[in-house]
Amino acid sequence: MSAHLDGNMLGGELGELFTADITAATGQCASCGTVSAIAQTHVYTRAPGLVARCPTCAGVMLRLVRGGGRAWLDLRGISCLELTPPAQP
Amino acid sequence: MAGAAILGRLTWRAGTVTSVREETATARTIVLNIPGWPGHRSGQHVDVRLTAPDGYSVQRSYSIASAPDGDQVQLTVQRLPDGEVSPYLAQVLAVGDPLELRGPIGGWFIWEPAPAPVLLVAGGSGVVPLMAMIRTRAATGTQAPFRLVYSVRGPGDALYGEELAECQRRGDGLNVAYVYTRATPAGWPVPPGRVGAGVLTAPGWAPDRHPAAFICGPTGFVEAAADLLVNAGHDPRTIKTERFGPSGGQS
Amino acid sequence: MGIVSRGFHGRRRPGGEDLPPGQYLVTDFPVLSAGPTPRVDLASWEFRITTETGQARTWDWAAFRGLPSEQITVDLHCVTKWSKLRTPWRGVPVDTLLAEVETGAGFALARSYGGYTTNLPVADLLGGRAWIAFEYDGAALAAEHGGPARLLVPHLYLWKSAKWVTGIDLRTEDEPGFWEALGYHNYGDPWQEQRYWGD
Repeated sequence: MSAHLDGNMLGGELGELFTADITAATGQCASCGTVSAIAQTHVYTRAPGLVARCPTCAGVMLRLVRGGGRAWLDLRGISCLELTPPAQP
Repeated sequence: MAGAAILGRLTWRAGTVTSVREETATARTIVLNIPGWPGHRSGQHVDVRLTAPDGYSVQRSYSIASAPDGDQVQLTVQRLPDGEVSPYLAQVLAVGDPLELRGPIGGWFIWEPAPAPVLLVAGGSGVVPLMAMIRTRAATGTQAPFRLVYSVRGPGDALYGEELAECQRRGDGLNVAYVYTRATPAGWPVPPGRVGAGVLTAPGWAPDRHPAAFICGPTGFVEAAADLLVNAGHDPRTIKTERFGPSGGQS
Repeated sequence: MGIVSRGFHGRRRPGGEDLPPGQYLVTDFPVLSAGPTPRVDLASWEFRITTETGQARTWDWAAFRGLPSEQITVDLHCVTKWSKLRTPWRGVPVDTLLAEVETGAGFALARSYGGYTTNLPVADLLGGRAWIAFEYDGAALAAEHGGPARLLVPHLYLWKSAKWVTGIDLRTEDEPGFWEALGYHNYGDPWQEQRYWGD
């Protein structure tokens, strides 16, 4: 049994940085090409940062570090992200 | 109410505990008033943050248990013996205390009222977001057929027992099937065991009915249940999952 | 700082110990990981040092375990703020392994099964300050804590002590590892609280 959660848990951190819901977006894994909802990625939260891995090939799709009043985001593992823009008021 | 139609950037805000309700020997529901709460959709969660006087802080995620109801949000917390946050929420937090939280969170693991059938599969405290769906269905008078398969260790661990029984008695389309993994109630027809294909594909709930499926619980439970549904012929695109940590909460 | 939660203190034990700034003491041994735990078969395990000239020296498990090892007791400081003191390990000093290659390189990149990497100066691997550890508390190192073998460099934050280590690349130019490329400090001295870029 792996110790991962899933991308639903990224919503809080990403929701502080972006208004679009990234977890409901679909992303293409840059390693294997599989398209998954970010909410379905395997997320490792017990680490110095959040790491979201492809549910098919375990390749890293997204990484996020928060600390020292800053945030670092690596999206190189997602070759294409499809989002729904947030509703306009 | 229109609810969370407009997403701003999430920020931390404070709610106040207005009441608490013991659910089982080890779990209780916390009722919060959160001024200006934008509403939420069933399946969403909040992140809770606790801060000690010296600044040390921890965060955990908890699913919203209630249907949208103005400024009121309910969380159900399972106390874990070696938990860092759950013992505080389940035993120390009291009426009148503030609770810092961020939300509502989640745009994927959500159920919007609609007439299509829904299969809910819960492992332990994974029942919480699914209960929000059941409560929203009742509050909106939605007629969608709902089936909850609820896996617990024993009868004393089941949350919302009376409310679920009452829902079933009303006969408006919710049915509940319990799976007991360690101890069964007196007279239970089968020995303790895990969720199997049979309980997931009961009469009237075969894949050709195309139910939307929501599975929530510990990672191992969710992955096993999802595999059973896919192997029984459900389209993987109709299955949504939310994994909790081994502690039972999302941590 | 967030709203103080009445009556909340967390799982920490009171200090009284000499800890680096911003750290708190734990008595359990938290397991942190950026990915699935690699399951490494000892029959295929290898540790390889590659020099800046391309020379490679490889040890299989039998050769590695044939090297002299020592028991050590060290303090661990994780950048996520927990510290665990007086932890008992057995390992092969990295000095012993580096003595078998010729190098003038100043930088090292440790690589792990599963793809994790971390960088540090070669000088920090020498002088009795670093080990390839294979036992913890008298027993074979558990997979969740980095077994069969992990790098152990206790004078730096614990992310530099690469679990499931499989090799060290010696380089004339520094290359940031997995966390160093994403905001974490390139060196990571806990006593100067070097957690993030610019600290």
